[in-house]
Amino acid sequence: MANKELDPTKKLDIEEIMEGLATYHPPRKGWTWREVPKEGVNMGPFHYRNMSKPLKRSIGLPASKYFDHIDPQPACVVTTEIASGRFEDDIRRMRMAVWHGADHLMVIRTTGQSHIDGLMEGTPEGTGGVPITRKQIRASRKACDMIEEEVGRPINFHSYVSGVAGPEVAVLFAEEGINGAHQDPQHNVLYRNVNMYRSFVDAAEAKKVMAGARIFQIDGAHNANATAKAGWLVMPELMVQHGINCAFSVAAGMDKNLIGLSTVPPDAPPAPKLWYDLPYAIALREFFSDFKMRAQQNTRYIEADIEEAIRTHTIDTLISMLTSADIQSTITPDEGRNVPWHYNNIRGVQTVKQTWAALDGIKELVSLNMDGPLGQMSRDLKERAVAFLEEVVETGGYFAAVEKGFFVDSGKYPERNDDGIARDGKGGVGAGSLVQRDADYMAPVCDHFGNNKLPAGVKKACDPIGGCTLCKPEKIVYIDELDPEDNANARLSKTLPYRKGDLLKPEAEWAGDGTVLLQFVVPESEDIAREAALEMGRKMGLKDPEIVNLQVMHPAEGCFVEVKGKVAFDVKKSELKIPPKEEMLPEDEVRAVVKKLGIKVVAATVGEDEHSVGLREILDIKHGGIEKYGVKYSYLGTSVPVGKLVDAAIETGAQAILISTIISHNDVHRNNMRKLAELCKEKGIRDKIVLIAGGTQVNRDMAKETGLDATFGRGTKGFHVVNAIVKTLKARGQA
Amino acid sequence: MAEDRIARFDKRQVELKKMSDAELKDRFWKLCNQVVEPIVDLAKTHTSPSIERAVLLRMGIDSVSTHAVVTRVLEAGLLGKGAGHVVLKVSQKTGKDIRGAAQAIIDDKALLSGLF
Repeated sequence: MANKELDPTKKLDIEEIMEGLATYHPPRKGWTWREVPKEGVNMGPFHYRNMSKPLKRSIGLPASKYFDHIDPQPACVVTTEIASGRFEDDIRRMRMAVWHGADHLMVIRTTGQSHIDGLMEGTPEGTGGVPITRKQIRASRKACDMIEEEVGRPINFHSYVSGVAGPEVAVLFAEEGINGAHQDPQHNVLYRNVNMYRSFVDAAEAKKVMAGARIFQIDGAHNANATAKAGWLVMPELMVQHGINCAFSVAAGMDKNLIGLSTVPPDAPPAPKLWYDLPYAIALREFFSDFKMRAQQNTRYIEADIEEAIRTHTIDTLISMLTSADIQSTITPDEGRNVPWHYNNIRGVQTVKQTWAALDGIKELVSLNMDGPLGQMSRDLKERAVAFLEEVVETGGYFAAVEKGFFVDSGKYPERNDDGIARDGKGGVGAGSLVQRDADYMAPVCDHFGNNKLPAGVKKACDPIGGCTLCKPEKIVYIDELDPEDNANARLSKTLPYRKGDLLKPEAEWAGDGTVLLQFVVPESEDIAREAALEMGRKMGLKDPEIVNLQVMHPAEGCFVEVKGKVAFDVKKSELKIPPKEEMLPEDEVRAVVKKLGIKVVAATVGEDEHSVGLREILDIKHGGIEKYGVKYSYLGTSVPVGKLVDAAIETGAQAILISTIISHNDVHRNNMRKLAELCKEKGIRDKIVLIAGGTQVNRDMAKETGLDATFGRGTKGFHVVNAIVKTLKARGQA
Repeated sequence: MAEDRIARFDKRQVELKKMSDAELKDRFWKLCNQVVEPIVDLAKTHTSPSIERAVLLRMGIDSVSTHAVVTRVLEAGLLGKGAGHVVLKVSQKTGKDIRGAAQAIIDDKALLSGLF
């Protein structure tokens, strides 16, 4: 069924998305890469060498306004991780992230879901992620299907196939059009203590199902450098973990193009990052040249400081660009301080977008020096990885090696610190639950792995049952809710006034959460600053103020503090005074009036003000100033007395006076504006002349109070000014 | 033990250093495949409650019922036949559709005795 087209000026209607889910099936399945034109991409004044097709609608980096608002999109798929605990709010976050360039939305599961023996249903609230259920996936996928139409690029929706219900989760994902998933039996064994035999047997089935639905797989090896005490030393082992999952996945029927290595540059400054991360990145890409690279940013060393995380991630992205990345994952830079806030998803995406644009085509400009230490170091890592595998084989194979604690040891192989994670083959969740298949074992469904004795003459595995859910989606059983209280409908009714009603609150995670962040310096030592900051937060009316970041500027001089908290008030939209948008006349009409009247203006910065850049941009043709529209101007210079301007206007017969005023101490800008209007009245020219002021501290509302015809603030273009002149003259019947 | 490993590594590395990059890569993948081969065999010849529930899901049975059916099949010692196989047999025997057969197994565990 065709979804309703989204209107970019309207919020997503969550209630409407939740309707009709019982029969919703995704229009498209499988993973999608970005379209990357071989000949490069031309955007604005530039030619890009390694970019994908631009989006139909998007929001560029802040500086894009200097470059015709271009928004170049990296060649790689860009991931953002989403984990608020409420999928109905995540959907809005997804839309924001997609508008900034994410096309891989990775939804983190609620804590503990990997130990739930079976599928979850309904929409209960999660912690640190959302419960992944059929309803949650359908609603989210449906929203993604609408959002991808809005921006003009497919969205890959992603979650996790791990834990003790891996095969069932894989079937759910295949049925519901999930496009990417983490699947790595080693992750279950090492970090979730799932029984090792069970984990691998289940994984084969899960991988086969994923392969059938062309779901892109990401492994879990990167967790070793997030877990081992010295993450930068476990690199040979990481290669072994990647190798085992890749080989096992291929054996289970996966296409190598849909197998991704989850790889993280293992180090972060102040460490000399490149000396560790670059040889590793190269070694990995050499051994795994048939597979895809999902480059992740480093989470291990994220502290509470957002800017530090962003700087590390910029260098991580540089490493991707010096080597390769098919998918560039982003980490929300606030991960070290709280459950990620939605606007930090956008910051993560921007880090990649900004770095990628800056370094576009870097490999044509610089090359890596493989003859020096770089080549030696990467070769050394590869040799160590092979030696590691040889020892695994000699020890009696993979399971024996896990029992002996081979993995996640923080020593650089062959050294060991004996701090690896050892697991007992007889232990762990689901131990003893495997059953040997009898000779007549049968499973009458598609994408089933292993021995399967189907009746003689059966062409397709699911023929005996007249088709399985993978072939006939209408057979899927949809369960709406199991819990009458803990569900999305209950939560949505609470947030309704903030989504569709008149009320507004700041938000960071969920509709109406009221969360705000304050940043300030307390000129005291850390101990005092901490308590003072909380007290300041309380005095500003914050509920539950909490320090999320504190940095010492100097042990005695002061600390930079960030305090989060919640506001208790609502703002009513209906009570806000929103200035009406200035209506622009058609450009042709404006030009015609300028020509007919031969419009001339006089212009200057007034008072003791030497800032002339803004005014020059409004005037000069090369900046798209008023000259471009045929207006003749006399520029009198900087720090010009108001009286001189008025005299010049009279002498030259100008129809308008433009003044620019940046300095605003003691309201000097307002005073000058008033003075201009009064002087023109005294000289008897007020009703013949158009008076306009501009400046960074000026806004449109000031015209009335100062007696001018129009006033302009930041971001004003020449056309706005000409438009105002012509409109004023027209209103007076002078044009 | 640790020194022993390092000594063995040093010996290994002498051999590995003689290999070209391509040979080293080839060796890496041969070893990976060697390591996973017995695991792949284990997976081909074994099943688990989750795998069987995943089969039942694909047969159009809801997630709550797949639990109850697999529990019944396990109790009857028939998981090695395949839970889907069991449901299909019950469906053929009773003339019920797949969902109906699954429900019948949940309702009456005696249904499974003497099925094979």
